[in-house]
Amino acid sequence: MKKLAIPALLSLILAACSSTGPTDTAAQVEDRSSGTGVATVTADSAAGSGIAALTDPNNILSKRSVFFDFDSYVIQPEAKPLIEAHARFLVQNPQMKMLIQGNTDERGSREYNLALGQKRADVVKQALLLLGAREAQIESVSLGEEKPRCDAPTEACFAENRRGDMLYSGEF
Amino acid sequence: MTRTLTLFRLLLAIVLAGFALGARAQLSIEITGAGASRFPVIIPIFEHEGQLPNSVTDVVRADLDRSGLFSLVDLGPLALPESVMPDLPAMRGRGADAVLTGSVVAQGSGRYEVRFRLFDTQTQLELGAMALPMTASQNRLVGHRIADFVYEKLTGQPGYFSTRIAYVVKSGPNFELQVADADGMNAATALRSREPIISPAWSPDGQRLAYVSFEQKKPIIYVHTLATGQRRVVSNFKGSNSAPTWSPDGSQLAVVLTKDGQSQLYVLNADGSGVRRLASSSGIDTEPFWGRDNNIYFTSDRGGSPQIYRISAGGGSAQRVTFDGNYNVSPRLSADGKLLAFITRNGGRFQVAVQDLASRQTTILTDSARDESPSFAPNGRMILYATESGGRGVLSAVSSDGRIKQRLTVKAADVREPAWGPQPRQ
Repeated sequence: MKKLAIPALLSLILAACSSTGPTDTAAQVEDRSSGTGVATVTADSAAGSGIAALTDPNNILSKRSVFFDFDSYVIQPEAKPLIEAHARFLVQNPQMKMLIQGNTDERGSREYNLALGQKRADVVKQALLLLGAREAQIESVSLGEEKPRCDAPTEACFAENRRGDMLYSGEF
Repeated sequence: MTRTLTLFRLLLAIVLAGFALGARAQLSIEITGAGASRFPVIIPIFEHEGQLPNSVTDVVRADLDRSGLFSLVDLGPLALPESVMPDLPAMRGRGADAVLTGSVVAQGSGRYEVRFRLFDTQTQLELGAMALPMTASQNRLVGHRIADFVYEKLTGQPGYFSTRIAYVVKSGPNFELQVADADGMNAATALRSREPIISPAWSPDGQRLAYVSFEQKKPIIYVHTLATGQRRVVSNFKGSNSAPTWSPDGSQLAVVLTKDGQSQLYVLNADGSGVRRLASSSGIDTEPFWGRDNNIYFTSDRGGSPQIYRISAGGGSAQRVTFDGNYNVSPRLSADGKLLAFITRNGGRFQVAVQDLASRQTTILTDSARDESPSFAPNGRMILYATESGGRGVLSAVSSDGRIKQRLTVKAADVREPAWGPQPRQ
C-alpha cells in the first residue's frame, strides 16, 4: 500500500508542477498602434523538472537520446540497453508518462523532416511497448529539423541531430 | 542616356537603402537578376508631392524597378501634371514606351487625392486614369496601388505590389512570425515564441494565417487573425499536427496528422471541427497544397522516394506528378493552375523547380543549394522561397521563367518559411 502511495504522491506533485507552469495558451495580446493592422502575441511554453533518478548522471535513465542513420528510422543495437532501462522504468512507474520527440538533420523540406522525425519517435515508442510499457503512457511527436542540438552544417552535427529524445512527465 | 540612367539607379538605390535603414523591418531587397528586355517607362515626380512628408512617386518607381520588368527613364526633376497632356512624341524620343503623370491634390483636414494617368507613347493613347484618396501616412499603400495599376495596364496581369508576405525570423533562441508588405517594408510581428514556428499559410481572404507552433513542445496547428491577434488551436490531436493549407473558399483546412499512425492527410473545418481522413498510404504523406482546381498536391514517399502526387479534395486515388530525380517535395500550385513549383534535389543541391503541368516540362529556376518552401505571388509571375546565403537563412524570389531574381535579407537573423499572401480585396 505504501509502495503505491509514493508514486501517487509523486504524480500529484508533478501534476501540481505542470498546472502552475505557464502552459496557458491564452494569448497575450500586445496592442500595437503602428497602423500595420497586425497585433503582436507572445507565446508561452511549459518548463517543468523531472525526478532525481531521471537526472542523476550516474543513472542510465538520465540518458535520453536514441540516434539514427541518415534517412533511416532503424534503431541501432547500441541503443538497446538504454531503451530497455526506460521500458523498465515505465513498467515500474505506470503513472509516469513519456513524450518521445523525433528529430532530423537540417537538410531537405521542413515538413518532410517533421514526418521523418515522427517515424523515428514511433519506432522508439514501438520498442518501449514491446518491452512492456503501456500505450497510454507514451506519446510520440516530431520536432523535425526545428530543434537542432548542434548548429553547424557538418556531418558530425547532422548525426547528433538525427535522434529521438525521451522526456518524462513534468519535462514537457 | 546610359549614364543618366545609371545615376538614376544609383540614386534610387540610395533612396531604397534609406528606407531600409529607417524601417523597423530591416528586410531589404537586392535585385540579383533582371529580365532580358525591360519595358521603358517615364514616371516624373508627381506634381505637388512636396506637401506630403513621404514620396508616393518613389514607391511606385521602386516597385516597378524591382519587378525586373520595367526600366525607369529619367526625366529630371520636372513634374508632369496629371491635368496636362504630356508631349508623347518627345517622351518616345527619350526612349519611353509609356508615361505616368500624376498630381497630389490637397482636400483639406489632412486628406489628399492622388490623380494619375498612364499613356502609351507608341499609340499616343491614354491607357487609363484613376484618383485615389489618401492621408499623409498612406504614401506606401497608395504607391503600391498605383504600381499595380501600371503593371496591370502594361503586362495584362494583376500586379502584386499591394500584397503581403509572411515569414519566420529566428534570432538566437527567439522565433517571430512576421508579416510585411511584398517589398519587405512595414514588417510587423504577429507571434513571438521561444519555440519554432513553421508552415504559415494565408487564408484566401488574407485576414488569417494558419501555422504550426511548437510552443507546447509539439507541433500544433493554430489559426491566427492578424488584425486582432486572436488565435485558436484548430488541430491538437495526439502526435504531430502540421502542414496546414486552406481550401480555396477558406472554409476548410487540409492538414497532416499522426493520430492514427504515421503522417497522413486529413481535412477539417477551419474552426477545427469535422476532421476526416483524405487519403491512406503505407508511407509518409505530407505538405498538402490545396489548389484552386480543388486538387490537393502533396509529398509522399509511397513509391520509395519523396515525390509529388495529386488527389481530388473529395478523395479518390492519387496520381503521381513528378518523376525526375529521387527527391521532389514542397509542391505549390500557381493561381491559374498551370504551374507547379516545388523543391527538387539536383546532384545533392536542393533547388526551386517548376513543372508546366500541361506539357510536363520541368525547369530548375535557381542555382543555389539549400532552397526550401516555394510560394507563388498571386499573379504567378514570381516565386518566393527560402534559401541560404553566407550561412544564414534568407528569402529570395525568382520569376517563374527564371530570369528575374531578388534577395530579401534581415541583418543578423535567419529568415525562413515564406508564404506569399493573396491579392487584397479592394
